[in-house]
Amino acid sequence: MQRKTIFPQKGLPYLLLAPQLAITAVFFFWPAGQAVWYAFLRQDAFGIRTQFVGFENFADLFADPYYLQAIWTTVFFSVSVTVLSMSVALLLAALADREIRAAGLYRTLLIWPYAIAPAIAAVLWLFLFHPSIGLLGRGLNAMGVAWDYRLNDGQAMLVVILASAWKQVSYNFIFFLAGLQAIPRAVLEAAAIDGARPIRRFWTVVFPLLSPTAFFLLVVNIVYAFFDTFGIIDALTKGGPGKATETLIYRAYLDGRVNLDLGMSAAQSVVLMIMVIGLTIVQFRFIERRVHY
Amino acid sequence: MATLSLSGVRKQFGTTPVLHGIDLDVADGEMIVVVGASGCGKSTLLRIVAGLETASAGSVRIDGRDVTGLEPADRDIAMVFQNYALYPHMTVFENMAYGLKIRGMKLPDIRRRVDEAAQMLEIGPLLDRKPRQLSGGQRQRVAMGRAVVREPKLFLFDEPLSNLDAKLRVQMRAEIRRLQKRLGVTSLFVTHDQVEAMTLGDRLVVMHQGRAAQVASPMEVWGRPADTYVAGFIGSPAMNFLAATLLEGGGAAMLRAGPVIGFARAVSAAAAGTAVTLGIRPEHVEPAEGGLPLAIDLVEPLGSETVIHGTLPGGEVLTARLPIPASGIGATMPLRLPPEAFHVFEGASGRRLD
Ligand SMILES: Nc1ncnc2c1ncn2[C@@H]1O[C@H](COP(=O)(O)OP(=O)(O)O)[C@@H](O)[C@H]1O
Ligand SMILES: [Mg+2]
Repeated sequence: MQRKTIFPQKGLPYLLLAPQLAITAVFFFWPAGQAVWYAFLRQDAFGIRTQFVGFENFADLFADPYYLQAIWTTVFFSVSVTVLSMSVALLLAALADREIRAAGLYRTLLIWPYAIAPAIAAVLWLFLFHPSIGLLGRGLNAMGVAWDYRLNDGQAMLVVILASAWKQVSYNFIFFLAGLQAIPRAVLEAAAIDGARPIRRFWTVVFPLLSPTAFFLLVVNIVYAFFDTFGIIDALTKGGPGKATETLIYRAYLDGRVNLDLGMSAAQSVVLMIMVIGLTIVQFRFIERRVHY
Repeated sequence: MATLSLSGVRKQFGTTPVLHGIDLDVADGEMIVVVGASGCGKSTLLRIVAGLETASAGSVRIDGRDVTGLEPADRDIAMVFQNYALYPHMTVFENMAYGLKIRGMKLPDIRRRVDEAAQMLEIGPLLDRKPRQLSGGQRQRVAMGRAVVREPKLFLFDEPLSNLDAKLRVQMRAEIRRLQKRLGVTSLFVTHDQVEAMTLGDRLVVMHQGRAAQVASPMEVWGRPADTYVAGFIGSPAMNFLAATLLEGGGAAMLRAGPVIGFARAVSAAAAGTAVTLGIRPEHVEPAEGGLPLAIDLVEPLGSETVIHGTLPGGEVLTARLPIPASGIGATMPLRLPPEAFHVFEGASGRRLD
């Protein structure tokens, strides 16, 4: 059924939409447009002279081996965060689904990390893994492991992956749990009677029925790992040691705010924007053909 | 093919008792229908046999083997669910092949078995479709097919026909009966529909509040119901019940309205003066000159016969099914209640006395 509300005045709908449109324009379209414009400019370090350079910023960017390295760092980081947070969430959701009576409390506890600001989450992990004040960090050192994520590339990556994945687990958990609960009980019982043990039941019945949810979460998690982990990286490692945890978003920030190279930073923002647009298109395509099995 | 035997099966959910000790022995190849009002514990019983619920007490034996503690997978049974429970992401073929694949059967053998079953159920052309592309009746057939290909020891049916429209239900009912006879697989069929129960079962288990009120053949359940619950549940329109007092010798009882009713066989199990409930089926009531006058308050013409509802002089309501058209509302009709048609139940417990 199609419902159409008729407004007597032509102006009213626009008036009602105006605040939302204004916010979108001021906080999204304007800075995005500015970024696109700056991407074609080059400024001196003092911001005195500005010069139009066409695609030169982009050419420089992709010629920079450090930028290519940042791409790899980002891919590794994002894949790790996505795989880790989704598999842990799926495991927890499967456990909660079995004992659904306890799920109320369980669910509430699990959603908390999602409500925590990235910087706070990072500080929490810092208190765990800091080599001299962190609980686990000191323990590891006491056990003879040379633990210092501020010096060791691999350890630094591990810590930011753990902190980022941990924060996203709760979000994934909620969706996976909802997906699991939408699977009719009788279908699982039919599989049990057909002779399938729990593990087999999971891979042949539960997981295929969960795949639309999993795909949705895959896109959301990649976007999260690409863009929303800035706070965690900034608070924990600041992209270091060296460039070990310097992801694309962190590098864009460094070039713009620290190195004051606005043109390069803007060019990087444009690259990131194109990536997120691409991911969004993939997701919309998929949601359009919502029937999946 | 196997026997099934339940002894003392009890179940409680938390502190709520649902089954109070069910005993049942099912012969090889027999079709048992468990019938009862909704909520009486039929599904729970079936699920205990399937292994989907664990019994709080008692044991389940399939083919002499105690399976009480076994997983559903280890019981070699197949079940047809009310909402079919097909795997939505698999084709009809995959749905039917799933259980065979798990048992490690080779693909050519699987294909042969599935094709055979599909032909028997006339779903051959549907094998490549997904469940959502099927009608309710077709899904029902696929669910049957999934059970049949497994060639299990036991078929379990939980109200498999209640989601179908009336015509299809009658058709599938006959088909299930034919299939079960042909395959000779021991079956337990749960339904709340008495017509389904009467037509499908070799024997019925009439359940009432977690107990088996009667276990007997359909005709025996109809002809000699064990208590007033069974008597009222089986038969349509339902049996009439009249309160009465047993007279000396147990050969007659006095209705509240006054008249004395003699029985064909004397009741010896109770003393004179015992309050009894007399049951008579509406189809056994006859119109007769000089009979009890029934003040008619509703007439339902059914074509070949007429159902009339009314009150006797003692205030008891009575329903009669007559092979003749009846006079209208407000009229009085004299009716005879033949002594040989009476069922005598104890007033307090409702148990059958004669
Ligand atoms: N998992 C359960 N937890 C608690 N009570 C249940 C559960 N399953 C069934 N019951 C209760 O047990 C009773 C019998 O249920 P059921 O066997 O499904 O009845 P039927 O199939 O005869 O309609 C009902 O009162 C129902 O509420
Ligand atoms: Mg039921």
